[in-house]
Amino acid sequence: MKTSRLAAVLIPGVFALTLLVVLASEPRLAAQDHLGNYAQSDIARGGDVYVARCAVCHGSNGTNIGTANLPRGIFRRATTDDELKQLILKGIPESGMPPAKVDDQSLTALVAFIRAGLDVNARAVSVAVGDAARGRTIFQGKGGCTSCHRVGGAGSAAAPDLTDIGSLRTPSSLRMSLLDPTAAMVPLNRPIRAATRDGRMIRGRRLNEDTYTVQIIDEQARLVTLLKSDLSEYVISTVSPMPSYRDKLTNDEIADLIGYLLSLREN
Amino acid sequence: MRLRLPAAIPLVVALASLPVAAQVTYERLLRAAQEPQNWLTYSGGYASQRYSPLARITPANVANIEQKWVLQASVAGTWQATPIVVDGVMYVTQRPNDVMALDARTGRPYWLYRYNTPADQKACCGSNNRGVAILGDLVFMGTLDAHLVAIDATTGKKRWEVEVADHTQSYSITLAPLIIKDKVVVGVGGGELGIRGFIAAYDARTGKPLWKTSLIPGPGEPGHDSWKNEAWKSGGASVWVTGSYDPDLNLTYWGTGNPGPDWNPAQRPGDNLYSDSVVALNADTGEMKWYFQFTPNDPYDYDSVQVPVLADITFKGAPLKALLWANRNGFFYVLNRETGRFLMGRPFVKVNWASGLDENGRPIETPPPPGTAVYPGVQGGTNWYSPSYSPHSNLFYVSIWENSGAIIRRQPVEYDPGKPFTGGGWSTATPVPNAPGTPALRRGPFNLWTEATGTGAVLAMDPATGEPKWKFPMTDVTDSGILTTGSDLLFTGGREGYFQALDARSGKLLWKANLGAQIVSGPMSYEVDGKQYVSVIAGLSLVTFGLRE
Repeated sequence: MKTSRLAAVLIPGVFALTLLVVLASEPRLAAQDHLGNYAQSDIARGGDVYVARCAVCHGSNGTNIGTANLPRGIFRRATTDDELKQLILKGIPESGMPPAKVDDQSLTALVAFIRAGLDVNARAVSVAVGDAARGRTIFQGKGGCTSCHRVGGAGSAAAPDLTDIGSLRTPSSLRMSLLDPTAAMVPLNRPIRAATRDGRMIRGRRLNEDTYTVQIIDEQARLVTLLKSDLSEYVISTVSPMPSYRDKLTNDEIADLIGYLLSLREN
Repeated sequence: MRLRLPAAIPLVVALASLPVAAQVTYERLLRAAQEPQNWLTYSGGYASQRYSPLARITPANVANIEQKWVLQASVAGTWQATPIVVDGVMYVTQRPNDVMALDARTGRPYWLYRYNTPADQKACCGSNNRGVAILGDLVFMGTLDAHLVAIDATTGKKRWEVEVADHTQSYSITLAPLIIKDKVVVGVGGGELGIRGFIAAYDARTGKPLWKTSLIPGPGEPGHDSWKNEAWKSGGASVWVTGSYDPDLNLTYWGTGNPGPDWNPAQRPGDNLYSDSVVALNADTGEMKWYFQFTPNDPYDYDSVQVPVLADITFKGAPLKALLWANRNGFFYVLNRETGRFLMGRPFVKVNWASGLDENGRPIETPPPPGTAVYPGVQGGTNWYSPSYSPHSNLFYVSIWENSGAIIRRQPVEYDPGKPFTGGGWSTATPVPNAPGTPALRRGPFNLWTEATGTGAVLAMDPATGEPKWKFPMTDVTDSGILTTGSDLLFTGGREGYFQALDARSGKLLWKANLGAQIVSGPMSYEVDGKQYVSVIAGLSLVTFGLRE
């Protein structure tokens, strides 16, 4: 796996990978005119400000108001960081958004948090979001993604169904999943291997678990419940079966793939 | 985490006994009786007999069944769903529009799909959903805002969604869809809200609309003259219980709801076709082959949304493709399901609004004077609760309300789109003023209304004559469906919260369990790994029983 390489990038706190924001086609994301090098401390502080001042209307996920999608950087009235700051300071009286009385430091932190996709764990980097149409071609072709993932009924269900992944994940977490799947793997998705006392070996991905049973989707994409009392072995791996695309796709292709994944929304 | 247990692990991959991924073809639905381990449609098969051929649980051993698992709903409110089971996976809906996939052995969920119903949806009588249908790798659900949604049966993600009708006009869908060939067929609710009912079919793969049959004929269409003035536009005839299908005749049968406004027929003179009817539609085109109206110009809210039960019986010495119908209006009917011809009808509870039926099945009306009670009452002699026909016992079984009457108030109402359009109201007939009347739904463990306002029962009838064979009385009324099995067991519940197993031939009580909350759903049965289970919903609990091991 590429864990050591990721660590080498993370530890200095600066990503060498930057930062193309390509907005040639739908879904259209707001262009970012910054290099996104916000301080980690700002992102964390911005999270606190957001919870205190913004979440009551915009929601914890930043999508509760109209077409605004804060984690994806979709705002009708602001593009640049400065515009975003002015909008926050002045509010939108006709829509009911009040002016925010915040100091400069809090304002910068809030913008950093929004640009980090409302994810306090996001690294201090903005993510290149490319062309969704090209990303789709990569998803279905060169990337080989459909051999494990399903979108809109096409592809395997062995790995998580990505039909609405754009509603669930931020650009930075998608990027992390593509570059370092193991580090980004949601614990519920950890692969399991089980052997039954009568000699069957079962591999799959957990959907649900309790003390006595575990519900999985197996490698043949079947819904299966295992009774733990029937098992002679039950192993939960922390290594993702998904390959890293760090060396398989170019930065532009990764950006396009992220653009495509962000376009996958339920409605 | 690593749990190593003291046993050798042969490196053999053998998954033969594990469930296969759900791929339910139309051929499987047609031949559902050949895979009795599954319960593939709302009523257990196209004939809607709610009969399971499974026979491992028998009258001799039913006393040994025990609770195997319980799934608690996470959303409060009456839970009226029937689950389906496909190869060990159960699909069930909960309020308002959630679908869950469960392991049928343990009740543990695999996934939950949540459809976010808009805040302005106006389903008339609660945020109910009665279940799903399945075809291929898709599960289908109608929604309270009258959309139809297809969900990936394996992953629980939405695959497509279409608007069936405008929910701002108070259209809704609460029934489980019916799959016919490559189509998903649904009807719309809203009979108390001035809708114009219809049944529609959609392409199961894409959601493309294929046909739509209005249940109130428009200008120029046959039957339109059964309405006067503009009443047809908001005349009701909703559909909120799943229909049936005869593949040999290629006809699908659906019961239709009351005309609107419910209690003020003066606003809608005429027979009000096709309200309170059964309609037989060509499954390919939606074209109406025949209809039979049970209650013309209904002034009592006698919806005919009962499940149409198809049975091949002997009638007056000859084989008959019958349609059996215990109607909310208190009469049991036998129709020829090829032609719609009325063959027989007789009351199964106290009826005072008609003295009988004429040779065409039309009621000979004897309306009670204003301010006096009509029998059966507004809740009916029966209602939407699933009846059962057992080809094993050759009996028809229905949950009934006996001696329950209603006093109806009639008043003019102006149609205001999307608003209640009932034209009056009603109260339970009681012997003493202000005594508690039987409520629409039971609240808590008390029966304050007693025998004075009606009691419940399971009634077993000869399907060819309507003659009662036995009756299992209950103190409180019942809204439970009925399941019969290949071992001549009958399972049913009631408002008191008892889940009961009866001998289907004699009505003798063989087993009961107190589930602690009213049962307002239909029991069903399935099998996994050679073990038979019986599931029923009581209150907020989906409870599954099986034989003690």
